[in-house]
Amino acid sequence: MNDNAQFDLSKEQLLALYRNMLVIRWCEEQLARIHAAGLVHGACHTYVGEEAVAVGVSAHLRPEDAVFSTHRGHGHALAKGVHPRALIAELLGRSTGISQGRGGSMHLFAPEVGMMGTSGIVGPCILQATGAGYSFKLLKKDNVGVAFFGDGASNNGAFHEGLNMAAIWKLPVIFVCENNLYATEVPIAYSGGNPDVGNRAAAYNIPGHIVDGNNVLEVFTVAGEAVRRARAGEGPTLIECKTYRTRAHSEGMRDAGYRTQEEVDSWKARDPIKTYKQKLLDNGLPADDFEEIEADTQALIEDAAEFAKASPWPDPATATKYIYSEVAHA
Amino acid sequence: MREITFMEATREALTTAMEQDPTIFVMGEGIGKRGGNFATTVGLYDRFGPERLCDTPICERGFIGLATGAAMTGTRPIIDFMFIDFIMDAMGELVNQVSKMQYMSSGRLKMPILLRGCIGIGHAAATHHSGSYYPFFMHIPGFRVVLPSNAYDAKGLFATALRCDDPVIFLEHKSIIFNKGQVPTEDYTIPFGQARIAREGKDATVVAISSMVDKTIAASERIAKDGPSIEVIDPRTLAPLDMGTILTSVHKTGRLLIVDENFQPCGVGAEIAGQVIDQAFDDLDAPIKRLNGVHTPVPYSPTLEGALVPTVDSIEQTIRDLLAE
Repeated sequence: MNDNAQFDLSKEQLLALYRNMLVIRWCEEQLARIHAAGLVHGACHTYVGEEAVAVGVSAHLRPEDAVFSTHRGHGHALAKGVHPRALIAELLGRSTGISQGRGGSMHLFAPEVGMMGTSGIVGPCILQATGAGYSFKLLKKDNVGVAFFGDGASNNGAFHEGLNMAAIWKLPVIFVCENNLYATEVPIAYSGGNPDVGNRAAAYNIPGHIVDGNNVLEVFTVAGEAVRRARAGEGPTLIECKTYRTRAHSEGMRDAGYRTQEEVDSWKARDPIKTYKQKLLDNGLPADDFEEIEADTQALIEDAAEFAKASPWPDPATATKYIYSEVAHA
Repeated sequence: MREITFMEATREALTTAMEQDPTIFVMGEGIGKRGGNFATTVGLYDRFGPERLCDTPICERGFIGLATGAAMTGTRPIIDFMFIDFIMDAMGELVNQVSKMQYMSSGRLKMPILLRGCIGIGHAAATHHSGSYYPFFMHIPGFRVVLPSNAYDAKGLFATALRCDDPVIFLEHKSIIFNKGQVPTEDYTIPFGQARIAREGKDATVVAISSMVDKTIAASERIAKDGPSIEVIDPRTLAPLDMGTILTSVHKTGRLLIVDENFQPCGVGAEIAGQVIDQAFDDLDAPIKRLNGVHTPVPYSPTLEGALVPTVDSIEQTIRDLLAE
């Protein structure tokens, strides 16, 4: 895979990829600061280092396409159209949060933009995206289901069952494995009989790709073909994106004993945002364009944090609301 | 009205709903051309085709997870487990995803999944094909749990389940699904959370679940010959549970027995007894009794299997004991 794809994109498209990655990065860094200040009450799994995957795939998606994600899902939510205000407010437990304070970091829901949820359990997103594919096929819609999951989920039975069903029914589903090399702290080199997840597509007779998950153009190109196939009724695709999480598994967690500083530094040197910006600058895009995006993004994230901190708490009287549908019956 | 079986009644409700609602599809093993191991879908494959009558690989967790995603994106899945024992492979999806999805999304997602399967002891089906398990689902916020005891209720409750936006566990006892009853030809619904008084009486209240209803009525008829009249209540749905009807009856009779083939510890009877003690202790003239299936894995041999399940005889004796308290 080379970078020729960049020449197929307009300047606006190229800069949009940059902007969308930057929004995720700076939102995550803002959340890390807020967490350090003690304002995030539960878990906070950041997506820092993996932004190219969510952005490269989501660039092809419509609001009606359905994304299902993992415990490390802030990036997927933002890339699918969730506003940083609603994300940060959710982690602060406020009523203006995307799940109105019922979810937190691991349960982000915005069906109005096709963000069908993140999950604290590893694996179900693969099956649920397959189910969205089943719905779209039955309803004769040309939408797609997308599952974002990690290398950890690839060793879970849900991976096998989901890919097999999507294959036999030729469902419009994109399976995106973000292989960041560790399931929390257990290395895929240890836990996977075949640590190249993309190759496992052969077991289901579907296309499988292994791409550089830190290269947004490479992700964009491969995802574009997968989405095209799915919309055309040609069935599912598995895309493994080799990437890396450069912060701890969860904010505030000890990040030692399972990986070396040299390894972390080597991946930081391959930062998907910095390397992409440099590539575009080298190809002649003016620095002013980036400065404008950076100023906008900084303002966006600062506003989001202020909004979240100023937002009201949920009413305790609503703690049992929404267990059941309120329309059907007693 | 004409006489049809319990299973024919659910099939009528299913057929009507599938005609009216093109988003309904059925998934399970052998529910396509074969029409289901328990004849749940006979004739529907030819009518609605393979996408709406979808035979699955043997991967219960997988197709429950699929159904979850489908229900979130505009369709209404029916999962036909055949034997409900097979639901165990999908418990993580059910408890962590299906039951919580509406809540996690603050009501913006609905979860219209109907999960059906046959329960119960009998026919030497042995331990992997004889379970019931419904208290698990009563315990989890988010599920509706439905256990019809006859053909009329089966049709009306199934029709309600197919219009419900919550996940419904619809459990059909193998010993009653081919029993016949009077069932209207036209479509009708029976609301969840409304118990049926299956037999009126004034001397004791017996709450009976699923296949125990007919046995309890038979036992009550025997006792009636000696004078005492027994009120038999069929809750029909365990979640929601119509405690109002039970409490009203206990207020009248002062005595309560719960008959349930399923296990006693942490079971339906424990829950009903607890609520009656909480809310109507002063109405009781005698300790509450429970009669349950034996707390054991289900054995194969008919003589062993037969030792587990409450019978008309054992129900009669327990009611007589209750009346003598």
